[in-house]
Amino acid sequence: MSAFRRDRSADALPSAAETRSLADSVGIGKILDRGFGILVTAAGISVLALAALVGWELYRGAKEAIGRYGAEFLVNSHWDPVAGRFGALPFLYGTFVSSAIALLLAFPLSVATALSLTEFAPVWLRRPVLALVDLMSAVPSVVWGLWAMFEMVPWLRQTAFPFLQRVFGWLPLFQGSIYGVSLLAGALVIAMMITPIVTSLAIEILGSVPPTLREAAWALGATRWEVMRVAVLPYVRSALVGAGVLGLGRALGETMAVTMVIGNRPDILLSLFAPGYTLASVLVNEFAEATSEEHLSALFEIGLTLVVVTFVVNFLARLLIHNVPFFFAPRPLPTQPTEGNR
Amino acid sequence: MSIPWQSFLRMKIPGPWSLFFLLVLALLWLSLTPWGRESKPLINGAGASFPYPLYARWFAAYEQLDPTVRFNYQAIGSGGGQQQLFHQTVDFGASDSPMRHALLAAAPGKILQIPMVAGADALAYNLPGSPPLRLAPETVADIFLGRIHNWNDPRLAQTNPGIRLPSLPLVVVHRSDGSGTTYIFTDYLSKVSPEWARIAGRGTAVRWPTGIGAKGNEGVAGQIRSLPGAIGYLELAFAVQNRLPYAEVQNRAGHYVLPSPESVTQALASSPIERGDFRISIANADGPDAYPIAGLTWLLLYEKSTDRQKAEKLLSFVRWCLTDGQALASSLDYAPLPPRLRERVLASLPEIR
Repeated sequence: MSAFRRDRSADALPSAAETRSLADSVGIGKILDRGFGILVTAAGISVLALAALVGWELYRGAKEAIGRYGAEFLVNSHWDPVAGRFGALPFLYGTFVSSAIALLLAFPLSVATALSLTEFAPVWLRRPVLALVDLMSAVPSVVWGLWAMFEMVPWLRQTAFPFLQRVFGWLPLFQGSIYGVSLLAGALVIAMMITPIVTSLAIEILGSVPPTLREAAWALGATRWEVMRVAVLPYVRSALVGAGVLGLGRALGETMAVTMVIGNRPDILLSLFAPGYTLASVLVNEFAEATSEEHLSALFEIGLTLVVVTFVVNFLARLLIHNVPFFFAPRPLPTQPTEGNR
Repeated sequence: MSIPWQSFLRMKIPGPWSLFFLLVLALLWLSLTPWGRESKPLINGAGASFPYPLYARWFAAYEQLDPTVRFNYQAIGSGGGQQQLFHQTVDFGASDSPMRHALLAAAPGKILQIPMVAGADALAYNLPGSPPLRLAPETVADIFLGRIHNWNDPRLAQTNPGIRLPSLPLVVVHRSDGSGTTYIFTDYLSKVSPEWARIAGRGTAVRWPTGIGAKGNEGVAGQIRSLPGAIGYLELAFAVQNRLPYAEVQNRAGHYVLPSPESVTQALASSPIERGDFRISIANADGPDAYPIAGLTWLLLYEKSTDRQKAEKLLSFVRWCLTDGQALASSLDYAPLPPRLRERVLASLPEIR
């Protein structure tokens, strides 16, 4: 039931005759084969070793801070390198809030784009849009950041944020003074950066729906909307959620672009117009110039926290994408026409 | 094991995978081959990014003078420079903040901290019409403590009698990344305002009571340029390059002074020097023409080095920087050391026999 259906024809083995003739030319072929096998296995193991090494190094660097602050590190909101007091809560808060808003904005947009490309858009439009989506995910983070800093933030400050404040100013989320750079600006950049990835995942997932399902729904006289709602979406729902969570995993680690527009202030402020800070940003900002041992160690612990958080999120995404009935078990497909298909 | 000749004839044309395999083998072989080692000693350094433009100029100029030496400098930040020198992975470090006693004491040898040049932080701002601005030390402290919220504040009007300052929210912009520029500025604030010293203190990264953080000098310059009502501190060269207006700051003698290489050299000349220890703070100096927000940048090296040849080359480079090289400093908006300090520093360098 994998959402990522493999193309079976690509797995086909070469014909027996071909294999035999290769095996006959033994000697060098066999040696090459063994050598290649060893090489590839070594590459596979080295990835594991690398991951273990990174984890160990982070832990070693953070050991001092873990011993000194314990669990308080994660719940204390005071970050003062001069006085040597380190609490990571503002960064955790900023990371989660900016990523959550980004996902909230990016997920519906991505799924809608994917649906329109697979179900609605005329065929001549699909290829160019697909290519463009893939191209967008190749834009480097720092380019997004520069664009956001010089184009998006001034526009937000002059046009979008005052408008939001006028309409939703009664909510504490949209109160306070407007600088442009803010938690919301950071979230918007992240949203733009994860949209292409979630979109191409969603297209991939929607493409995996067996055509027979669609055809069956069409045959029952369903409209486009009904085909989508009854045949397509139930089949891919958990995989789509998984794609979203994978996007969230990326959002949590976005660094350069976010650092350039989020305002870098280690305080927990309710307003989305106020500057915020993220785990990744504080690392990129303070690591190079950290001169004291405590400061370095605290930064290592920030890194460790970020790795653990992204790891957990990615793990959840894999669970969902591979359709393990965890908490989003797929609904059984309707075997009888429901009221929608009358 | 012998391979029959015929089997070679029957072998297929190698596919992409075996080609890839051969390529990997070739790369392995290349990497194991001992290449002709260059006889030039390569001197490795790492550290502060604040003086990096000047160091790069110095390296290029010095390699012309002495073609037997090569330099490699990584501008990874003062903290990184101190750490790498401490672990002896580089031949010299560079730092904008003096090394801490704990680190000095734990180092495997005596570390020399040699001042190379000084730099200034300019207070750049964005106001409609870019009027000239004069700031008193208490006002600067109040601004960065978050006590002044609007440009029409009487504390600002008091020092700027001829100018109508607009009613515009004042936004503080500071560096979000740790930096020597921040160290210089917070060192100054800690000296002029006891309250700042108590609340935030001095350091390459501090807990800012107010404002928004931008990454790098270029980030701060970008924020100030795009945000009307913003004020922030910048390395002087960036304020000049970005054509941002910057404020005259009142010094200890009561004069309003603009930052420039000359006014920083004045600050250096009027700061007390202790013999043998050049970890001097030149913020808020006494001189009548001294610009108050200034600081030194240091080159760090071990007094005794294991590699005689390298140490000799490095020391003669340092000597050259402190003599002929100083002329290059002011063209890049750094302040050369005054002659008196220069002689003291030169005299303190170890002799190599």
